[in-house]
Amino acid sequence: MDYTIKIGGEAGQGIQTVGDTLARVFSRSGYHVFTNQDYESRVRGGHNFFQIRISDGPVMAPRERVDILVAFDKESISEHKKELTEQGQIVYDSSSTGEIPHSETGIPNLLDIPFAKLAIDHGAGRIMANTVATGAILGMLKMSLDVLNDIIRDTFSKKGEDTIKENINAASAGHEFAIAHCPTCRFFPADMSQAKMLITSIEAIGFGAVASGCQFYTAYPMTPSTGIMNYLAGKEKEYGIVVEQAEDEIAAINMALGASFAGVRAMTGTAGGGFALMVEGLSLAAMTETPVVIALGQRPAPATGLPTRTEQGDLLFPIFTSHGEFPRAVFAPGTPEQAFYLTNKAFELAEKYQIQAIIIFDQYLADAEWTYEGFDLDKIAFHDYRIRGDRLNALQEYKRHAYTSTGVSPLGVPGESRHLVVTDSDEHGEEGHIIEDAETRVRMVNKRLFQKMPLIKKEMSPPFLYGDSHPEIVITGWGSTYGVMKEAVDILSKGMKIAMLHFSEICPFPEIEEFDYLSLLENARMTICIENNAGGQFAKLMRAETGYEFTAKINKYDGRPFILEGLTGEIDAHFRRL
Amino acid sequence: MPTLEDYKGQTPAWCPGCGNFAILKTFKDAMLELGIEPHQFTMVSGIGQAAKFPHYIRCNTFNGLHGRALPVATGIRLANHEMPVIVATGDGDCYGEGGNHFIHGIRRNINVKLFVHDNQIYGLTKGQPSPTSMEGMVTKNQPFGVFSEQLNPMALAVALDCSFVARGFAGDMEYLKSLVKAAIQHKGFSLFDILQPCVTFNKINTYEWYKQRVYRIEPEYDPEDRVEAFRRALEWGERIPTGIIYKNNRPVLEERIPILQKTPLVRQSFDRSKLQATLKEFY
Repeated sequence: MDYTIKIGGEAGQGIQTVGDTLARVFSRSGYHVFTNQDYESRVRGGHNFFQIRISDGPVMAPRERVDILVAFDKESISEHKKELTEQGQIVYDSSSTGEIPHSETGIPNLLDIPFAKLAIDHGAGRIMANTVATGAILGMLKMSLDVLNDIIRDTFSKKGEDTIKENINAASAGHEFAIAHCPTCRFFPADMSQAKMLITSIEAIGFGAVASGCQFYTAYPMTPSTGIMNYLAGKEKEYGIVVEQAEDEIAAINMALGASFAGVRAMTGTAGGGFALMVEGLSLAAMTETPVVIALGQRPAPATGLPTRTEQGDLLFPIFTSHGEFPRAVFAPGTPEQAFYLTNKAFELAEKYQIQAIIIFDQYLADAEWTYEGFDLDKIAFHDYRIRGDRLNALQEYKRHAYTSTGVSPLGVPGESRHLVVTDSDEHGEEGHIIEDAETRVRMVNKRLFQKMPLIKKEMSPPFLYGDSHPEIVITGWGSTYGVMKEAVDILSKGMKIAMLHFSEICPFPEIEEFDYLSLLENARMTICIENNAGGQFAKLMRAETGYEFTAKINKYDGRPFILEGLTGEIDAHFRRL
Repeated sequence: MPTLEDYKGQTPAWCPGCGNFAILKTFKDAMLELGIEPHQFTMVSGIGQAAKFPHYIRCNTFNGLHGRALPVATGIRLANHEMPVIVATGDGDCYGEGGNHFIHGIRRNINVKLFVHDNQIYGLTKGQPSPTSMEGMVTKNQPFGVFSEQLNPMALAVALDCSFVARGFAGDMEYLKSLVKAAIQHKGFSLFDILQPCVTFNKINTYEWYKQRVYRIEPEYDPEDRVEAFRRALEWGERIPTGIIYKNNRPVLEERIPILQKTPLVRQSFDRSKLQATLKEFY
């Protein structure tokens, strides 16, 4: 079982509501779910879609083939009818799309359901047409309404019994209509029971921050990172987190540094354009050795680019941007699960080494929903590396930037003891005051860069290998391509010895001691670096860090993610040239 | 009890005769009299001659980037709202590079004390005009004189309903000290703009120039009358008012954030026991 439902329409028509609700119904019913979204940078109109893949086994990438196309406007049909499978169904309400004659579409399976009329007839009002549609889709799939009804009760619990009843009636009307009027609906969902969790990577980053004891988040809203601020704002009271919307990204990072200096775990988030503004603050954090975590959501650039779309175009940016030389950690999760654990690792490393840890993701990864049995909270680390109150007071003397054997100085909290905590963006001595002499300068650079760097490097995990252990073909990627590459390996391994190498811990670049991934690459006949960008940034980084050059590249830079069929086709074409 | 010696920092690298010396001396006296010990407060600064101020006394210090002192100070206050946070800045640092933060710091009404050492010129970069330089001032880079209108920080702050707006003059130290104390003791965002002659680069706004013009605002003046305050803020030229131009009792940001009602953020411990329940929300 592997079905794809695509809901298309204009912004403001409720595509996301229907999509989110269906995804929740499926995950609670025990199915494996993967959803992704495609939307324009506008609040009303345009063409958007929400795609849900549902299966009895793990799914983690969008497919091209669509089984049910829910069209809220005519354009959704013209745009996506070519994606329909042979048994594929188009479902729509002709009162909003207009009549769709068979002759016009060439699609035999057209199902006209009067969503709006059914909603009105059942006393629910036109506004509940989307609930009718949700019920209808479940009817087409021959799934029961039990889980949907539970979700309706949860969602509308505050609005009262009448609203709940109307929605349940509306869902039921759509469900019955679909069952009665769709003889060509031939979908056979598997029996599943154990409810799964459904989570996006943007939520996973937010939850990861909460689980890591983050107490301060500040940002200027920017797609695709705003979801982190939304998530944390929802947790302010429960966990004691201050969320402050800054006047710009420069203020955002500086506020985070102020809070971190004062003794709390702090984070900020933005997209590439906002990160450009944060760069001077990144360098300030490095000079003052102030821990901070930054989430960087990539989107197609330069400049404003395609603001709501996806690209992996900012890999080299956070790794190399700086005035001056300093260590930093860069993580690129490929799944919500990795996003959760790597956000925790980002906080741990930032606090432990007093560095800046950056989590990069993209719009596709941010919005995509995945299902899991659960996350293991025991794997979350939390150590307080700060020296507070009495402990600081007990020290004979205290110097914020004292030389130590590791290069890591004691991180004191100001105002809680008799000792002063002093730091400066100018080069400074151990006490934190401005210096000009050459000897101190060299010792401080050595401390920040050469003493800390090897320790940070040791913390980085090697890439993840999946597939054949002695592969002829190795596909390599980083960040959001994890899911589509992994599924591609599953499909292609029937005809070739193929493996995936996925990097999620990127800077400092992982060593080969724990896992000699370079030998693996060198022993393969073909190595393809797959990136959702034009220039092949990871391939360049690999060459710069290790000297290794991939034998081939697959790059996609149309602002859209890789689709499973498209990627397997391209890999296969490379294979045939071998 | 602290002594004046406790506040003694490094030897200032300012020019002899610089107005900053008077501010430094006055500030130390004021802190001593208020009983705020060096380890109990934090000074935040950016870049410029004024921004070196925290090094010349003893206190917790975050000397950051040009124009960025206010957001750092805001972050510190939100993390620990029991610790006084004072920003030492200049007219270029605050009104030029940091203009956006100035506007929004006032709007937030974060309880930060902003001391602007206003010498109407850039000292550190050697004599370029600042936002408060007077129209027509000729410099190396402005051979035809400054064309831009002089920024009026008092009027701007009153327009933004800033919680505390005052102006001082480095040549009137006794009055300066009382204003420093008033600014620190006020609950809310305090803007204290201090006219401070740059003896090296500003040949127009000298001690003499200021002395002929500044006057202490009369005791019967009502600083809570916003319209009158705006009128007073517009005064510049022949007569320049010093003193508290405007103040109000707007609630401070820190007190409006529910989770900061009881304990400062930095002393709140992280409760991991709730994580399992939060995880369940994803099902």
